[in-house]
Amino acid sequence: MAIKELQSEEQGTSLWQDAWIKLCKNYLALFGLAVLGLLCVVSLLTPWIAPYGYEEQNLILGATSPSVEHWLGTDIFGRDMLTRIMYGGRVSLTVGFIATAVALLIGVVWGAVAGFVGGRTDAVMMRIVDIMYALPFMIFIVLLMVVFGRNILLLFLAIGAVEWLTMARIVRSQVMALRKQEFVEAAHSLGLSQWTIIRRHIIPNTLGPVIVYTTLTIPSVMLLEAFLSFLGLGIQPPQSSWGLLINYGVETMEEYPWLLIFPGIALSLTLFALNFLGDGLRDALDPRTSKD
Amino acid sequence: MALLEVDGLKIYFHTRNGVVKAVDDVSFSVDAGETLAIVGESGSGKSVTCYSLLDLLPKPPAVIEAGTALFDGEDLFACDSVRMRQIRGNDIAVIFQDPMTSLNPFISIGEQLIEPLIYHPDKMRIKDRKTARKLAIELLDEVGIIEPEARFDCYPHEFSGGMRQRVMIAMALINKPRLLICDEPTTALDVTIQAQILELIKKLQKTRDVAVIFISHDLGVVAGIADKVMVMCDGTIREAGGTERIFYNSEDEYTKKLLAAIPEGAKLLPNRAEQDKPLVTVRNLKTYFEDYSKGSNGKQSIKAVDGVSLDLQRGEILGLVGESGSGKSTLGRSILQLAPTTSGSVTFDGTVLGDLKPKQLVPWRRRMQMIFQDPYASLNPRMTVYETLAEPLLYHGLADSNNIDQQVRQLMDDVGLAHSQMRKYPHEFSGGQRQRIAIGRAIATKPELIIADEPVSALDVTIQAQILDLILELVERHNLTMLFISHDLSVVRYISDRVMVMNKGLIVESGETEALWADPQQEYTQQLLKAIPLADPKRERLRIANG
Repeated sequence: MAIKELQSEEQGTSLWQDAWIKLCKNYLALFGLAVLGLLCVVSLLTPWIAPYGYEEQNLILGATSPSVEHWLGTDIFGRDMLTRIMYGGRVSLTVGFIATAVALLIGVVWGAVAGFVGGRTDAVMMRIVDIMYALPFMIFIVLLMVVFGRNILLLFLAIGAVEWLTMARIVRSQVMALRKQEFVEAAHSLGLSQWTIIRRHIIPNTLGPVIVYTTLTIPSVMLLEAFLSFLGLGIQPPQSSWGLLINYGVETMEEYPWLLIFPGIALSLTLFALNFLGDGLRDALDPRTSKD
Repeated sequence: MALLEVDGLKIYFHTRNGVVKAVDDVSFSVDAGETLAIVGESGSGKSVTCYSLLDLLPKPPAVIEAGTALFDGEDLFACDSVRMRQIRGNDIAVIFQDPMTSLNPFISIGEQLIEPLIYHPDKMRIKDRKTARKLAIELLDEVGIIEPEARFDCYPHEFSGGMRQRVMIAMALINKPRLLICDEPTTALDVTIQAQILELIKKLQKTRDVAVIFISHDLGVVAGIADKVMVMCDGTIREAGGTERIFYNSEDEYTKKLLAAIPEGAKLLPNRAEQDKPLVTVRNLKTYFEDYSKGSNGKQSIKAVDGVSLDLQRGEILGLVGESGSGKSTLGRSILQLAPTTSGSVTFDGTVLGDLKPKQLVPWRRRMQMIFQDPYASLNPRMTVYETLAEPLLYHGLADSNNIDQQVRQLMDDVGLAHSQMRKYPHEFSGGQRQRIAIGRAIATKPELIIADEPVSALDVTIQAQILDLILELVERHNLTMLFISHDLSVVRYISDRVMVMNKGLIVESGETEALWADPQQEYTQQLLKAIPLADPKRERLRIANG
């Protein structure tokens, strides 16, 4: 569909252009976006800007609290925490965003199709979802590892494979309510194809809950990665991720609290930023919230 | 001294976008045994006025800026919340518009009915369950529920709309209020049921000597029931006085406009139907739905349309009249192949539509369009007017990216929308404007057939008149054929060349509009026609007396 650039006041614009204009007026959401952007840039540039190497140990130094040389302290092997958090961010953010994107894509399309087509198609598609739900996650992971061996791609696959299920259910219930609405029937009577109706009329109207759920999924995916790494599927020390750092931090919380606090702050910061951005996006994508 | 005296009432809503004067200096009074009708269109402040009496307004944003409301000498605005709870239900009761949503679906009718007796804020008036039950059953009997004893334990979904409204009335009356506020109590009901409910309210008022404030947008409804009428617009009283004076000697321009907007009389434009050249032929069409309700074994089906045959001549406006559940909407959707048909055929311009695969239907879809009832639900809330109107044009290749802007502007001109509103979203428009957008979308593909499913029933009466005239004009200009579905007989008479009356999935009677009006053959049609409220107090009273 041709969507032309904004030329004058009376020119038609798309939902997305309007959403962007509205988002730019929401300072909290912009702040969230800025924080996320900063985290991403730092992660990308980490190999060049990190003060130390991620596996540089100083066993004599051991765990030290924050100091001038090591701003965020060092862990029990004398590795610089700032460096490790920066490297960890690379893994966590990648996993968080890619695995969530995978879950989002599959979940939204699956749920929208199942809810919209209905009948037998819906029944079969949702039973598949139920079966996947019922599969014990651990066994699923172990099976994947046995078949494919250890692989970072497998990590995305495994996380994506569980996270899209809930998304599909949320979207399906939304779509089932939407497809009875008259504007969808109007689209039918215009002769639009089913796929066009799903794409143009159904999915944009499910965005609210989807965005909120997505912003909740990203941090939970980051923690899931730590669990998978613990099982041996994810990344291995001396590499790091926020999840792993937090796991280790919890073990030594009493002696060396900074080992928990700083990775915790990094994760919380991401979570806050995501929530602000998510709320902003939800409002921006809903034309019914006021325009100013 | 009157039972209720409201003086100088001002209610402002303090919103983000500034102060809205919802009610601005309104004064009125109601005596015991008297009916005051407050008439106005949506946004006129008629409901806000009445809800403020019972402290039912959301505060904030609503603030009562000034005024007093003396109920039997006591100022309602000075009451604290404890006293207010005693007044609510006890002295003043409300009947709401929609009986479908104002009853709790999880509690039986009887239980809801006796609730105010058993959990009364005034300890002295609490009754034991047995007495309460007996009282409730008497009351159910009084409001015309058959076998009240057995119905006492039924749940709301087991009642029809009219029956639920009767239950609501019983609920309102259970504590013997002295003032009854009826907020559009018949708007959601069919015309025959509406007549029954109006009669019931009138009868109860006489036997119980209560004062009634009757809120309505429909002057026809209040003509027979009101002693006094107050016309409101934009928060102010435009005119108030005795019913007959308002109807026969109105001095206010707005009241005159309201009265003039009531569709009355026959279609003024000539019948353009070409004889024996049907655009649509329907033969023995049946549409059944599976019945999942209680007591059915899954094999029975609901016969929404049960063997309907009709010919729609080119250029004709055919009115389809029926009460809710008559299958009129399903018939419209079945003709457009939006609802799956069980058997029978629909032929459009010589092609049997039922034989076509969904893909093959696409070119035919362009030639037949639909206008829906609810302009709030029939537009995608996330698409601007521009997108909504451009979609059919681009999809059917009627415009390309070069001339799409111009074509959309043309459409907006056609339906009377300003170009400056092009990039607004549906929620920024009023109901009438939205219906214009929906009509614009329907005529975008230059269809030959339009099925209009209750296109004006969600609109105010003055807006309704505008939209009806717009439809008539577009039919004329674009040479359209139309099936006009409505429950409102006056509207159908105003717009149609020919009328079909539908009941329980079947066509009961059909004929030229005026011929059918003058001499209805079937009893059902006679009943329907008899139940139409007239916007004329004398004739209306006569009609009720004879009815």
